[in-house]
Amino acid sequence: MEDIGNLLHGFAVALTWQNLLFMLVGILLGVLIGVLPGLGGANGVAILLPLTFSMSPTSAIIMLSCIYWGALFGGAITSILFNIPGEPWSVATTFDGYPMAQQGRAGEAMTAAFTSSFVGAFVAVMVITFLAPLVARFALKFGPPEYFSVQFLTFCSFIGMSREPPAKTIAAMMIGFALAAVGLDIVTGQLRMTFGTTELLQGFDFLIAVIGLFGLGEILLTMEEGLAFKGAKGRIDAKVVWETWKKLPRYWMTSLRGCLIGCWMGITPGGATPASFMSYGMARRMSKDKDSFGNGNIEGVVAPETAAHAAGTSALLPMLTLGIPGSPTAAVLLGGLLIWGLQPGPLLFVEKKEFVWGLIASMYLGNIVGLLIVLTTVPWWAAILRIPFSIIAPVIVVICAVGAYTVHNNLFDVFMMVVFGVAGYFFKKLRYPLAPLVLALVLGDMAETSFRQSMLLSGGNVSVFWSNGLVGSIMTLALVLLLWPLISRGLGAWKQRIRAAEDRAA
Amino acid sequence: MSENANGEAGGPGLRTRWVELAVALLIMLGGAVVVFDSMRIGAKWASDGPQAGYFPFLVGCALILSGLAVVVGTLRHWSRLAGSVFVEYDRLKPVLTMLVPTVVYVIAIRYLGIYVASAVFIGAFMVWKGKYGVVPTLSVSLGVPIVMFALFEIWFLVPLPKGPLERMLGY
Amino acid sequence: MNRTAVARAAVAAALATAAAGWQAPALAAWEPTKPVEFVVPAGTGGGADQMARFLQGVVAKHNLMKQPFVVVNKSGGAGAEGFLEVKNAKGDPHKIIITLSNLFTTPLATGVPFNWKDLTPVAMLALDEFVLWVNAESPYKSVADYVAAVKAGDNGKFKMAGTGSKQEDQIITVALEKAIGKKFTYVPFKGGGDVAVQLVGKHVDSTVNNPIEAIAHWRSGALRPLCVFDEKPMPYPDKVTATQAWQDVPTCKSQGLDVEYTMLRGIFMPAGVTQDQVDFYVNLFKKVRETPDWKEFTRNGAYNNTFMTGKEFVDWVGKAEVKHKQLMQEAGFLAK
Repeated sequence: MEDIGNLLHGFAVALTWQNLLFMLVGILLGVLIGVLPGLGGANGVAILLPLTFSMSPTSAIIMLSCIYWGALFGGAITSILFNIPGEPWSVATTFDGYPMAQQGRAGEAMTAAFTSSFVGAFVAVMVITFLAPLVARFALKFGPPEYFSVQFLTFCSFIGMSREPPAKTIAAMMIGFALAAVGLDIVTGQLRMTFGTTELLQGFDFLIAVIGLFGLGEILLTMEEGLAFKGAKGRIDAKVVWETWKKLPRYWMTSLRGCLIGCWMGITPGGATPASFMSYGMARRMSKDKDSFGNGNIEGVVAPETAAHAAGTSALLPMLTLGIPGSPTAAVLLGGLLIWGLQPGPLLFVEKKEFVWGLIASMYLGNIVGLLIVLTTVPWWAAILRIPFSIIAPVIVVICAVGAYTVHNNLFDVFMMVVFGVAGYFFKKLRYPLAPLVLALVLGDMAETSFRQSMLLSGGNVSVFWSNGLVGSIMTLALVLLLWPLISRGLGAWKQRIRAAEDRAA
Repeated sequence: MSENANGEAGGPGLRTRWVELAVALLIMLGGAVVVFDSMRIGAKWASDGPQAGYFPFLVGCALILSGLAVVVGTLRHWSRLAGSVFVEYDRLKPVLTMLVPTVVYVIAIRYLGIYVASAVFIGAFMVWKGKYGVVPTLSVSLGVPIVMFALFEIWFLVPLPKGPLERMLGY
Repeated sequence: MNRTAVARAAVAAALATAAAGWQAPALAAWEPTKPVEFVVPAGTGGGADQMARFLQGVVAKHNLMKQPFVVVNKSGGAGAEGFLEVKNAKGDPHKIIITLSNLFTTPLATGVPFNWKDLTPVAMLALDEFVLWVNAESPYKSVADYVAAVKAGDNGKFKMAGTGSKQEDQIITVALEKAIGKKFTYVPFKGGGDVAVQLVGKHVDSTVNNPIEAIAHWRSGALRPLCVFDEKPMPYPDKVTATQAWQDVPTCKSQGLDVEYTMLRGIFMPAGVTQDQVDFYVNLFKKVRETPDWKEFTRNGAYNNTFMTGKEFVDWVGKAEVKHKQLMQEAGFLAK
């Protein structure tokens, strides 16, 4: 139990008053960054990185990882209140979080989101603490075929959950894929669908589409339905936290599943965004009450939030032990480590014990401090819904514009955001599902790249996806999930026939 | 979308079936563009796996087919959809009162910078839709851009689009 | 249309500054009057981004400039977006850009219209090295072993992972193919960190990672450097592993593999700026290079610490462009 001793020593490092102050500042900054769409965790950490050069590496990484925590927490707030995901991994939170807010349950949704985030992150930190060396090696097994299989699994776990007409579901998904393909193709270095314009070189960022489709589209819908937010009447007081907490233990299974999916996706590293989608998809599949998903089911908030945060946190593990960033933010933190002269890798745990365990201890503390801070602010956030619509609507549009701009510092993106907003309005009213579009947009490029890398490695041989136990079992699992509706129907028919045969025999 | 409205002039609102058709046709058009561009860069399965245009090509085809399916579905239920209204004209008006200023706002960002444009946009919307007085309007419409400026330009050092006013002030 | 508007605005601003400068004759050298945009033609977290943010931090920490640097990532189209932005900001002295090899490769490979001559060269800060890496468990102990193994196999049997497509890593791979006479299977990945891990996980046979991308795995004993693609060994005598330092890695040429390649980490400004303005940045970066932080930074990344300005730098860039054009033409990477 040398680790425990190290951890306690780490607490001693992290628990100086300066470091606690940095933690507090970091969390607050992070929440702010998370709330502003576009200015995501990765940008936020990158922007603030230079400020930390004059600090000691331990204090600096504590503050930066607290910014990361804060951004993870903060992303959920705008998703729930305004249907604008502040971060890519909060998209799945909007599916049920926003309907809850519309029903006047914004406080409940936020409490559930924050608490689930906390649980997910906490479990992931424990995994880091006790399984670090063991688990880290696992990530090395992941080559392109394995990555593709995980991305394929995410699709398969999410697909088939749409109630919308199949043709429209396919159309929505294909729009997502098509948008994802715009820009530079990483495998051949060719430009795709840019038609000679410089504006399209960057491709369509997922966040711009999401801010438009969800955020602006929702404002337009709200305008049509009258100049008011639904759910403004919701009761707001601090008690909502306790009342929600009383309910939450019921969803321990969803939570546990979220933690498992999240930790696995963070370590492999598949990333927080796919993890949140996968967890949401699985929660819905496993639920007895499938139709309540998308209409304000609290489980639909618990599942993606737990997974996103478990993934976001465990993504720090491959970063520290192998130098592979499991998320864009982790990539920026990695840059910070290098600048301070700390080389991530297996030896970091041996040579810079103080730093590593200080960081891990600060993860525990930062997470707890973060939860306390965001929970106390729940009533304030919920109160935003009470601001008259004619004030908040233009402010939201401004925030959307700023968000769209800061993604790539490009005005063209702001125009595209408006186009996506109009598209979102039409799609929503014509029952084109937005979730498959968004999923395809975020995963399409990655999945295609992994697939083609696999093909390069195997010389164009598709059997590479069943070339070893790991990739084979993930692919098989994915196919089973994809075909499950058919399989279960087939099984049912078969059973019936047997029963009929037995009856006849008898 | 106004062309569709003209096609259904006299009705109480925009008919769903026309909007449905228009959106489906747009999707098919988009699909055609994707297919066209994918052919340009090569859409075959080469010896070392798919070329750059292979997947986009299939995606484009799927877009055309799914758009077609929506068109066919709409035409099949043409008469049944007759009564369905996408949006009533008097409901469309508030939507446009949001959309049009937003478009103007986004265009204005290019010329005035985001801070001035935001101040004007918020202020105008509050006066026009909310009928607020001078004090609340000015405090929100100036307060938000000033907070934004402090946050982005000074604190986070993230440059946002700036216009003549900021340049005059030396930024 | 917007580009011209921006350019016009920039020219107007420059004229205004010039006029102001003319009214108050050269009492003081030029200095930035507002925050300087530091464009990075690559995404957050990459080598160029790290260096830009490091410079931002150093300048702030040592108070080398009154105005801050503001780092802006413009990574679209393999960096074309960033270069076009600076190209169009003619005469704007408050904008600088840090380059990778994509200064040469992007216009050649994608046909996006810009050239380094559209920019004002300021200084070369350093050169990034490339090292041939293999997995430590592989039987290749030296360049000779490696070359022999590649020659013995079929075309495409050896898998080389690298960052991006038609960029520096693939250019080196093609040069290796030419030197050895066998084809590699080149597999592009998004970032250098991913590439190194693919090699540690034995999904590929070798990489040409920059030192900083692979050093952690070298120290942990997972990877083995065979040679460096520079004319001289790296000048860092501190032991990285128990037995080896960067300076112990031989040059590829000395091992009979005649391939040389380094990547420019240089600073450029828009065209149409005054000599005064260029001098300000040259002096600024000279000061940066004197800080202990810079020394540590270059040691950690095992950079080739060559500094060039003025004509010397322009000549170097010109030669590098010719070299890239030739290499990319031979590889068939030029845009059609």
